Amino acid sequence: MTFLGWPVLRQLAGADRLGRGAAARSRRTDGLTARTETADAVVRSVCPYCAVGCGQRVYVKDGAVTQIEGDPDSPVSRGRLCPKGSASKQLVTNPDRVTTVRYRRPYGTEWEELDLDTAMDMIADRVLATRRETWQDTDSDGRVLNRTLGFAHLGGATLDNEENYLAKKLYTALGAIQVENQARI
Amino acid sequence: MAECHPVGFQWVVEAKKRGATVIHVDPRFTRTSALADLHVPLRAGSDIAFLGALVNHVLTREADFREYVVAYTNAAAILSDEFVDTEDLAGVFSGYDPDTGSYSATSWQYEGASEASAAGSRDQWDEAGVGHEAGRAEAAGSGGAAGAASARPERDETLTHPRCVYQVLKRHFARYTPELVERVCGIDPRTFARIAEAVVANSGRDRTTAFVYSVGWTQHTVGAQYIRTASILQLLLGNIGRPGGGIMALRGHASIQGSTDIPTLFNLLPGYIPMPHAHQHEDLDAFVAADAGRTGYWGHMRAYLVSLLKSWWGDAAREDNDWCFGHLPRLTGDHGTYSTVMGQVDGSVKGYFLVGENPAVGSAHGKLQRLGLANLDWLVVRDFSLIESATFWQNAPEIETGELSTETIGTEVFFLPAASHVEKDGTFTNTQRLLQWHHKAIEPPGDARSDLWFFYHLGRAIRRKLAGSTDPRDRPVLDLVWDYPTEGRYDDPSAEAVLAEINGFGPDGPLSSYTQLRDDGSTRCGCWIYCGCRADGVNQTARRKPGHEQSWVAPEWGWAWPANRRILYNRASADPDGNPWSERKRYVWWDADERRWTGADVPDFEPTKDPAYRPPPDATAEDALAGVDPFIMQTDGKGWLFVPTGLADGPLPTHYEPAESVLRNPLYPTRQSNPVRQRYPRPDNPIHQFGGDVYPYVFTTYRLTEHHTAGGMSRTLPYLAELQPEMFCEVSPALAAERGLTHGGWATVVTPRTAIEARVLVTARIRPLRLGDTTVHQIGLPYHWGSNGIATGDAANDLLGIELDPNVYIQEAKAATCDIRPGRRPRGPELLALVRAYRRRAGIGEDG
Ligand code: SF4
Repeated sequence: MTFLGWPVLRQLAGADRLGRGAAARSRRTDGLTARTETADAVVRSVCPYCAVGCGQRVYVKDGAVTQIEGDPDSPVSRGRLCPKGSASKQLVTNPDRVTTVRYRRPYGTEWEELDLDTAMDMIADRVLATRRETWQDTDSDGRVLNRTLGFAHLGGATLDNEENYLAKKLYTALGAIQVENQARI
Repeated sequence: MAECHPVGFQWVVEAKKRGATVIHVDPRFTRTSALADLHVPLRAGSDIAFLGALVNHVLTREADFREYVVAYTNAAAILSDEFVDTEDLAGVFSGYDPDTGSYSATSWQYEGASEASAAGSRDQWDEAGVGHEAGRAEAAGSGGAAGAASARPERDETLTHPRCVYQVLKRHFARYTPELVERVCGIDPRTFARIAEAVVANSGRDRTTAFVYSVGWTQHTVGAQYIRTASILQLLLGNIGRPGGGIMALRGHASIQGSTDIPTLFNLLPGYIPMPHAHQHEDLDAFVAADAGRTGYWGHMRAYLVSLLKSWWGDAAREDNDWCFGHLPRLTGDHGTYSTVMGQVDGSVKGYFLVGENPAVGSAHGKLQRLGLANLDWLVVRDFSLIESATFWQNAPEIETGELSTETIGTEVFFLPAASHVEKDGTFTNTQRLLQWHHKAIEPPGDARSDLWFFYHLGRAIRRKLAGSTDPRDRPVLDLVWDYPTEGRYDDPSAEAVLAEINGFGPDGPLSSYTQLRDDGSTRCGCWIYCGCRADGVNQTARRKPGHEQSWVAPEWGWAWPANRRILYNRASADPDGNPWSERKRYVWWDADERRWTGADVPDFEPTKDPAYRPPPDATAEDALAGVDPFIMQTDGKGWLFVPTGLADGPLPTHYEPAESVLRNPLYPTRQSNPVRQRYPRPDNPIHQFGGDVYPYVFTTYRLTEHHTAGGMSRTLPYLAELQPEMFCEVSPALAAERGLTHGGWATVVTPRTAIEARVLVTARIRPLRLGDTTVHQIGLPYHWGSNGIATGDAANDLLGIELDPNVYIQEAKAATCDIRPGRRPRGPELLALVRAYRRRAGIGEDG
């Protein structure tokens, strides 16, 4: 930058004496565009943290989330987000996010890689084996039980209703009753 | 509220700007207190004494909203002469069985209630024992107790009969005086008077008062009764079903309301229909007859249940096989998450799915949680990152102490990465019963998938493996309707299709209202209270008409259950004749010309039921409720000041001390704690009830704005980790001086379970409380931290023992006792030695 590009000169010479407007702008600033302006799509969403349910606008470019903003249309939140809602883009783009299946074999000391389809197949086998071993047709008084206490579920409460619905439906059909979530806690 | 529901708190600030008085009752001074007119610190665990004294204040002055109370509550109902109050039985109600530690509710009935409507005949109450009650109170989650109670009790509308509810209440709460409040809560009488006067002055025809609470009220061995006390107060003051009134539960997770409505909870089916209990010859009719009230909207429970069974088992569910009612597994008691964990420790529970939940940090008694995980055959964890519940075999604190070692832990662990909210379609049900659809923006990365994908494809794999089986136990799996259309790169099941099933179908296509449900198999509906969320086949939950283009009720943003009603029981916003109580509080009213209910909201009432309607004696369901009965889910249409059926620990709230307390119960010296609280007396769950000076301080846990519960969605994010980087404890300057704690230094907090360390925050935000001649010090502990992620620290929940509310099986996390000492905690086996030494000094044996 040359001496003449120094913002203080613009501030002294121009109309923006307080240096809060035009005087403070650089060529770089002028060249910038908000990520929200260049997005390919704006998708309507809801904050996944607390139960206030603030509206979100998700900005997407080239198949990636570039920004998440509060939705001013929402009568719940009027465009506002708290620190968690404002940070929610990092839930998606955080480089520490784990995106591959990890497997720890019994007594193992390290994680191993595992193919997703294989993992799903193995889990289905475990469910069926445990169910078989622990099935209860009746109790000692002959009352019908129709169930297994051999495996259980504990869910978070940021799951969608549709997800909980399929979970409850599947577990109940399998006879698993120890199905619980954060609401109990 | 400003801390944990910050954007919701903007409306409190708006109200304050318009002249509302904001009172914040909390052991700590928080950002909420900073914006309130009055901050009232109280001793954690003492709220029933505080709220009960407000009830007493109203009753002794007869400051209740009398017209509302007589018409809309059960104040006038006359109770059976068998009922005996805690005041006459030294702290227990009639019906208490000391051998089982449980109540029989038969003596809590209205006078003349027939045998058939007595609580004793209901399914869950068939056998004595707390376990068999099984979280029954939660069936009231959709509003109203599903159990039977007499629809038409004898009434004394002068409220003077000695056994009418109003007089029973008066006697029950007579000792809840400002002086008691001072001794129990540490609130001085002048402050109490200021609060009581403000609440009364702000209630009535022209004004309403609202209460807002969160887990500070629920996480107690008397949690449900905290809410009950507030309900009594609000009903007496006429603050239910009216704009600006109510008791608002602020729930901590995006869809925690949804996960009770469509429950992943052991004791419930969708829409608060109870799970059946084991009986020798029980069929659907016997179940419904035992459990549904015949009057009020629960009178249609059979239609709700048959429609659910049809949506699960489709054409396989027929009249001649009892609509597959026999496919449902049966309960035999408490199958809640804490008894499940003890089953893991004891070896009976072998497999575990953790789906977006981190019990190693988030549940009470972390050590027991981790010992349970370490004793499993297999564990599936679905999350965004490797949370502590996935890595316990590598770095649980018990590995450092030598209680566990990686090489001897046999648990097989599958970690499956989860999709985020922008990588899937679906609905949350937020705290105001509002269903909001979020749209998928992008595909999830790598192996990450939605939980919808996971359960659907797991179900398909299981069904494939069972195909052809003739074993009757496999029928429920093979008969299941499990054929959702898939879409996208990863064959995601269509969330729209699942929501459509939840909404339900009739002979003419999508249903629009639960009033269309039938019990003859002609309708299907996955959750009756959500029926209408796709009315006319349109996804109502995705509606996003801008707020500024709508009325203040904003009915066209999302969809609220039931029937898009935004305030429940809003018939009560009009007087018995159907006119608004006042112009200022006009909300829903009877239009005599049009002969229908109208107003700013969808009326929570039959739209054309005349206020003058009185039911014939043989009427059932909603026809049995009069035009002046706003509480349409109740068998008698009234708001219950006294609860004749549905609660495990008494028809009225009573102050008991927390399971661990520094105080002897001043009200009932021989009844320290809730006599029917759910207990687990075992060596690995030591509890120090009361007495001595080993654990002399009260501690309470809480959340911070910048983190989310057990941290799985926040401690891993750089922004949030930077804002709140480290575990700390809040102590008053007086306690710091008493124990030699320095600001910024370390402290160790010790309970009978373990000891944790935290940075010390010496602050006037926590004040020592004067309770008569004793001083009580309280310690504040945020509970977000664990060993993984960017911001790490010890987990506060490790300090807690497990004793639960007997209605809903929620643990007492908000009040317990501890010691605090300067410095870091010992490492390795020395930690165990320290905790053991404390236990020994307190006289807690190794057998618990
Ligand atoms: S932005 Fe904050 S207040 Fe709003 S829903 Fe998210 S976590 Fe809750």
